[in-house]
Order: sequence, then C-alpha cells, then structure tokens
Amino acid sequence: MKRRWILFAPLAIMALLFGAFLYRLSVPDDRLIESQWIDKPMPLFDLPPATAGVAGLKSSDLADGRPRLVNVFASWCIPCRAEAPQLEALKAAGVPIDGIAIRDRPDDVAAFLRENGNPFDRIGSDVQSSVQIALGSSGVPETFLIDGKGIIREQIQGVILADDVPGIIARLEAMK
Amino acid sequence: MSARLLVAAMLTLFMAPVAAQDRLPPAPYAYQQLADPAKEAKAKALMETLRCLVCQGQSIADSDAPLAGDMRHEVRSKVAAGESPDAIRKWLVARYGNWVSYDPPFDRATALLWLAPLLFLAIGLWLAFGRLRGANREEEP
Amino acid sequence: MIAELGLALLWIAAALACLSLIAGIVVLRGGPKDVAGLVRPASVAQGVLTAAAFALLIALFVRSDMSVELVARNSHSLKPMLFKVAGAWGNHEGSMLLWLTILGLSGGLVALFEKRLRADTLIATLAAQAALSLGFFAFLLFSSNPFKRLPIAPPDGQGLNPLLQDPGLAFHPPTLYIGYVGLSVAFSFAVGALVTREIGPAFARAMRPWVLGSWIFLTLGITAGSYWAYYELGWGGWWFWDPVENVSLVPWLAGAALLHSVAVTATRNALRAWTVMLAVIGFSMSMVGTFIVRSGLLTSVHSFAVDPERGTFLLVLMLVYIGGALTLFAFRASAVAEGKQFALLSREGSLVINNLLLTTILALVLLGTLYPIVAEAMGEKISVGPPYYNKVAGPLALILCLVMVAGPLLRWRRDDGRTLWARLPLALLAGATVLFGLILFGGPIGILPLLGMTVAAVVAVASLAPLWKRKLRRVPLPTWGMVIAHFGVAVALAGMAAESAFIKERLVAAAPGETVKVADFTVKFARVEPVAGPNYTAVRATLVATTPSGSSFILHPAARTFPGLMGGAPTETNEAALLTRPGGQLYAVLGQPVPSADGSADRYQLRLWWKPLVWWIWLGGALIAMGGTLALLGRAQLLAIWRARRARKAQMRFAP
Repeated sequence: MKRRWILFAPLAIMALLFGAFLYRLSVPDDRLIESQWIDKPMPLFDLPPATAGVAGLKSSDLADGRPRLVNVFASWCIPCRAEAPQLEALKAAGVPIDGIAIRDRPDDVAAFLRENGNPFDRIGSDVQSSVQIALGSSGVPETFLIDGKGIIREQIQGVILADDVPGIIARLEAMK
Repeated sequence: MSARLLVAAMLTLFMAPVAAQDRLPPAPYAYQQLADPAKEAKAKALMETLRCLVCQGQSIADSDAPLAGDMRHEVRSKVAAGESPDAIRKWLVARYGNWVSYDPPFDRATALLWLAPLLFLAIGLWLAFGRLRGANREEEP
Repeated sequence: MIAELGLALLWIAAALACLSLIAGIVVLRGGPKDVAGLVRPASVAQGVLTAAAFALLIALFVRSDMSVELVARNSHSLKPMLFKVAGAWGNHEGSMLLWLTILGLSGGLVALFEKRLRADTLIATLAAQAALSLGFFAFLLFSSNPFKRLPIAPPDGQGLNPLLQDPGLAFHPPTLYIGYVGLSVAFSFAVGALVTREIGPAFARAMRPWVLGSWIFLTLGITAGSYWAYYELGWGGWWFWDPVENVSLVPWLAGAALLHSVAVTATRNALRAWTVMLAVIGFSMSMVGTFIVRSGLLTSVHSFAVDPERGTFLLVLMLVYIGGALTLFAFRASAVAEGKQFALLSREGSLVINNLLLTTILALVLLGTLYPIVAEAMGEKISVGPPYYNKVAGPLALILCLVMVAGPLLRWRRDDGRTLWARLPLALLAGATVLFGLILFGGPIGILPLLGMTVAAVVAVASLAPLWKRKLRRVPLPTWGMVIAHFGVAVALAGMAAESAFIKERLVAAAPGETVKVADFTVKFARVEPVAGPNYTAVRATLVATTPSGSSFILHPAARTFPGLMGGAPTETNEAALLTRPGGQLYAVLGQPVPSADGSADRYQLRLWWKPLVWWIWLGGALIAMGGTLALLGRAQLLAIWRARRARKAQMRFAP
C-alpha cells in the first residue's frame, strides 16, 4: 500500500479536534461582548433628560477638556444599585460622571436616584437603546472612560467594584 | 441532547426579558414592519443574520429580548432611511466586532473556514478517484 | 431501599461489563475456549441489570422519593405523572443512566440475536461494547451517581419548571438517545472486525440492520425536535443552525453515509476500510456531541449545570475510545484491501459520490460549529450561523440530491450514460416545468430556494422510477424503503424551499375587533380573555381566520405566565396557534399588550405567518424514517430467506 499514511489521517484530525476541546476547557469562553468602538470619538447624539431636575446629555457635552465617566445604567437593573456607592466614591474624588439611562421612565429614574443617590452631572434618556447600540454596549451597567477631547478610551463591563476605583481615578488622571 | 439544548435556548429566550424587566413598550419598529415590502424584505434578511447580544445563539429576528427589539428598530430605521444592508452590518460590526454577524467575513482568521468546502471536496475527490481509476485499467473477472 | 438496590445493580452490571471485556480478551488471545461461553450471557445480563436500575430510578421519580438528591432537585410531588417519569431522564445523571441502559441493551440484543457474524468477531464486538459500557459506568458511578441520598429529605422537590413540561419534550430525548447510542453497535462491530480482520460482505450484512435501526430513531428524533422548536419557540423557525442542533445533525449525517457505504460493502465487497471508518465516526460523533453539550463547551446555554470535571472525564473517555479505535484502524486497515473496484458511472460510483458529499457536509457542519474556538485562539471573536451553512452546505446538499436521482437508476459495477439518460426524461421534464414556472410566475425568489424546489421536483419523480414497469407486489421491501425515503427527501426539500421562498409575515399591533390580512387569509382578532391553567395564568386570544373560499377557522394563541419558582421572577411563554391547511400552515402568536398614549382600548402585538408547505418538512422526515423502517423489515426478511436457502444447501450437501 503506497498510501498507508492516509490511514493515520483520521487520528491526526482527532488530535486537532481534541486540541480545540482542551483549549476551550482551559480557556473558558467569556461571554462578554466587548465594544470595538474604543479610541474613537463618542457617537453623535442628543438625549433628552431622563428625569426632571437633571439635565439631558448630548455628545458635545463630553468634549469639554475634562476626562470623565459615562455610566450606562437603568433603574430596573439590580446590579446598578450595587454600583452606586462606587460611583459616589468616584464623584467624591472629583471625577465628572454622566449617565445614560436605558429604556427607562422618568418616575423610575427619579426613584432610583432618591434611593441610591445621584452622582450624575447629566443623565440622557435612551429609550430605544440607540446610543447604547452606537457605543457597542451590550448590557447594564457599563462604564466608558472618555478623555477630554470626547474620545472613548476604555469600556468597563459590569459593576465597578470598590477595588477598581483608585485605578479608574489614576487612568482618568493620566488622560489629562 | 438537542431537546435539552433547545430547552436551554428557550429558557434564555424567555428569561432574558424577565431578567431585564424594564417597563417601557417595545421600540416602534421592534414589532412593526416597514410599509415598503421591498425594504422590509431587506431588513428581515439582514436581521436574520445578526446575532442577539443578550440571548446567545439566537438572531435578533427570533428574539423577544428588549435589546433585540431595539436592534430591530435600529435596523429597520436605517433601512427605511435608505442605508444598504451591507452598510448597516458594517456599522454594527464596527461596534460589536464580527461576533454580531452570523455571516463571518473572509479574513486571515476565517480563511480556513471559507476555503474548507473546496479543500474537503478536493481531498475527497482525490481519495475517491484513487479508488475508481483502477477500474478502467483492469477489468473485473 | 430502591435507591440502594439501583446502585447495587449498577455496580453488578459494571462488574459484568468488566467480565465480558476480560473474557473476550482472554478468548481472542487464544485462552481456554470455554471462557467464550461467558461473554454472551454476561452481555445480556449487563443490559438487563442496567435497564432494571433505570426502571428503579423511574420508580423513585414516580414515588417522588425526595430523600434522593436527583429526585429532590428535578421533580415535585405535584407534577403530572408523565413529567415525573420524564423527569428521570431530564437531567444529567438520569440521562447518562439512560445512555448506559441503551448501550447495555444494544449489547444484549447483539448477544441474543446476532447469529451471522463469525464467532470470534462476535466475541470481539461484545467485548468492545462492554469496554464502552465500562467507561460510562465509571463516569456514572464516580462522578454522576443518580441514586445519591440526601442526609435530610426536603419536604418537596425543586423541579416544577413549567418550560420543561411538554409531552413532546418528554419523549424526544429517549428517541434521540436510542439513535445516538444505537450507533455504538456499529462502532463495536467495526472494532470487532478490525481485531479479527474479518471485514467483508458478511460483516457488512450483519452490521446493516443495526445502523438502519439507530438511524431511523435519529431521523425521528431530529424531525420531532425540529417541529418542537417550530411550535414552541414562537418565531416559526424550524432549524437555527445552533451548535446543539448541529451536533445532533452530525451523527445523523455519519449514519446516512454509513447506511449507503455499507450497502456497497454488503453487495459488492468494496469500500471496506471506508465503511469501517464511518462506523467508527458515527458513534464518535455521538460522544463528541454529548461532550460538547455536557461540558458547556459552546455558548449555546443549556439546562445542565456545567461541570468542568465532568467535561474532563468525558474528554478522557473519548480520547481512549476514539483514539483507540482510530489507532486500531490505522494499523489494521492497511491489511484490508479496499476490495473490488468499479467504474464511476455505476451504482457504487454514485454511492461513493454520495458518501463524499455527505462526509464533506458533516465535516463542514462540525468545522462551522467549532470554528469560533479556532478563531478565538487566533484572537478574533466570530459567530458562524445560517448564512455560512446555507452558503457552503446548501449547494452540496442539492448536488447530493441530484446524485440521489441517478444512483438508484444505475446498475452495479458499470453502466453507460445513454441508458441512464433514457430513464430520466420524465424527471427532467418535471424539474424544467417547476423551474420555468417559478421563474415566470413565482416572483423574486432566492437562488437556493429556487433550485431547491426544482431539484425537489426532479427527485420526487426520479425516486419513483425504480418502481416503473415493475409488479409493485413483487418489489422487495428494501427497494420500497429506498423509494419512500428518497421521495421523503424530495418532500422535505420542497417544504424547506417553498417555506423560505413564499413565507408571508404580518406583525401588527391590533385591538380586539380589528381585522388583519395575511397571505389569502382574513384574520379577525375577535377577543382576548384571561384563562387560568393548572399552574399558570394566561391571556388567550381568539382569532378567526377566513379563507378566500369563505371557510372559517378559530385559533387560540396565548401568552402564559408561570409564577416564579421559589420567589424568582415569573416566566412567560408564548403558545403559538397553528392552523394546518393543505397548502401550508397559518402560525399565530400573541405578543405583549401595547399601551396606547391615551390609555384607551388595549392593543396587542400579533405575529402572523403564512408558511407555505411548511409541514412537508416534517412529513418528509417521517417518510424518510418510514422508508428506513421498511428497509429494515426487508433486510430481516431477506436474511430469513438467505438463511433458509443456505440451510437447504447445507442439507443437500450432506444428503446421501
């Protein structure tokens, strides 16, 4: 038989298959979809106020020379409540924070702010998630670090933990 | 096996809106077709190839998740405004990466995927004709 | 006591599997011949005891014995009886026990009924089957014991998940499992034949009914699963190319290829090594699929708790079995000549092309399913979905159907083009009629559905050709089986193509009293009312669909809300309503209420589809399974005749 080696081909294919399996078992699939809209200017938008007494948010507000956070949140999002103290801490450290409320109603946002405090300078209401989609964000809460020119520098998915706060302050500081 | 997975798919499908219980009505174009049938057909075909971000393994055309509804609204609005499906896909890929499209592009990482049909057929034909060639040379008893 | 007895039975069954394996090895190594007598009874007993253990597990679920952890986690005393029983296999441990039961029973059946195989090959086969069982026994007993007791029995179980309570769903897994695990017999036959180097027509004929049997169950299982997804998911899709669907399709494709190659080996003693290879691939793919589902390898979220330890255990088992079989193949198959050769234009030639296309499709489905992992290793996150599979597998499937047209009309060994051509005009005429009809009157249709319907017409007519000018009562059953199965492929293909080409969709927010038009139907949204079910509340709509001819039909789509389990959020499901007409199905879903700005009469989201010929898809699947069944019956019959004739010959030879 000239082509005896071909009989080992199935074994080789199996080895490749098992290689892929092993890779995936050792590096589990992370299910977070990261935004690719990083190091790019904030998409253009002009969102109305999410609730009475807090200003709405438009993209031109974000290029005033001060690095800042844009927090994508919702009153119906339970983890967002857990994030409130960290946002307060950032606020207290002098970090400007703006909010985008996803699929929310004014009364609900007001109640959320009453219960959890209001670290936001402005909150835009994104009722059809269109700004969220334009940002490449896939859930709440998410936080974007924006430099003074209105360029998105980083995306944080999920709740900001207490340990993350000093790092965030330092990174925003570095953008100045 | 597949049944169970489908159950899972269904669970996520139905759980998604529950997990994120907002109280807003769906966006206008989430459950409403475009008036122009040609544009609606384009939008529909595109939506079937875009992956729902929160339900894993479902296109935005087959999901009740609110974000899928908002993405349908986004797609239909853009199609209504005259954007081409290709441009809309590119717009979304620029934000979410190729993950969001069920139609992978041809690039360095997917070359093997797209060339596989030809490669497999070529190998198969080579093996099969190795079998057949002999028949012409020697007659069977 | 039942749980302890069940566990004891499992340990004894495992010991018997061990005995079969050791006895088999001893005999094959030339040990004492009387040991051979142990293998058959041990295999039968192992199957019976495993089945008994499984029956005891069902009994525990029926009695709602909450002191058993598995029952407490997956059942509830208030569940309807059907779902208590189904609860036994609706979880990881129970389904692995079902897997083992089928593995054991298949081995037992082979031990009882397989009389055609050479004695040593049979022993090797049973030993291989026992080796398979042994690994899964280890998996079950060491990492997934279904009979584990709880130290303190809870007052009641946790498993009252409404979504799992569907009669279709209750019987779907066992059907599929019989198919998947049934393929283990072909795997063991292949290993047995490689060990004893007996690969030829007798081996192929012995293996064929087992392959056919499991493939019938796979066909039924996949068809039923597709219909279930269709009516239950509420969006009218019948195939999503989801990773889980794909891993269920792959063993089916392997089975289909094997079914055709085994015919060549049985009839013409050709393609021997290839047939053995496919027999190994079939069950290997069943194991790969199970591994992918159980280890949570791919992002198709599933209802089993993902456990990396179990994933690793299964991976090691697979490595041993698949690796072992393929290594054996690599060393032994070189000694197996490929057997008799043949011309391209012959029955064998067409079956080779059939196998080439089926295995290419198989490889592409597997590659597409796993490719996101490969891409991620290269630093890119991608999704592979319907557009990819339609583009790469669609054309190949259509070519495959054309080969299916020619194959049955060709003679074995060699044929010539002119005679084939002479048998085809009617079929080609049908195809041309459909093609031009659609181009002229069909409106804009995608190229794949257009070709799909054309090819379906050609296949439908050509598949009946083997019956042409024959006395129908004298056509052998396997030929009937082939004709019906191939005709079923045409029916399913026509359904798929027509549905995607002519589907009509209507999404509206309508208030009761309003009328909606979809396709030829006028649908009146008569009313909505609350309904209370046994464990849910529902909003049920009444729709009256009127056809152009004036007949009216009532549909009741509903949106159900199940209270949250243990304080969790409530779960909502859509119950689609289906109206089946000769030309297709009307599919109605009741969606969310739409609050209007002024708070006036509530409007509801209605989703209506007219799906032309959609039920042909599952009719086709059922026909394919029926064809398989006829072929299986025919094979059994043929064997009886063949055996009787041989017995007579033997008698004549010894007659004085």
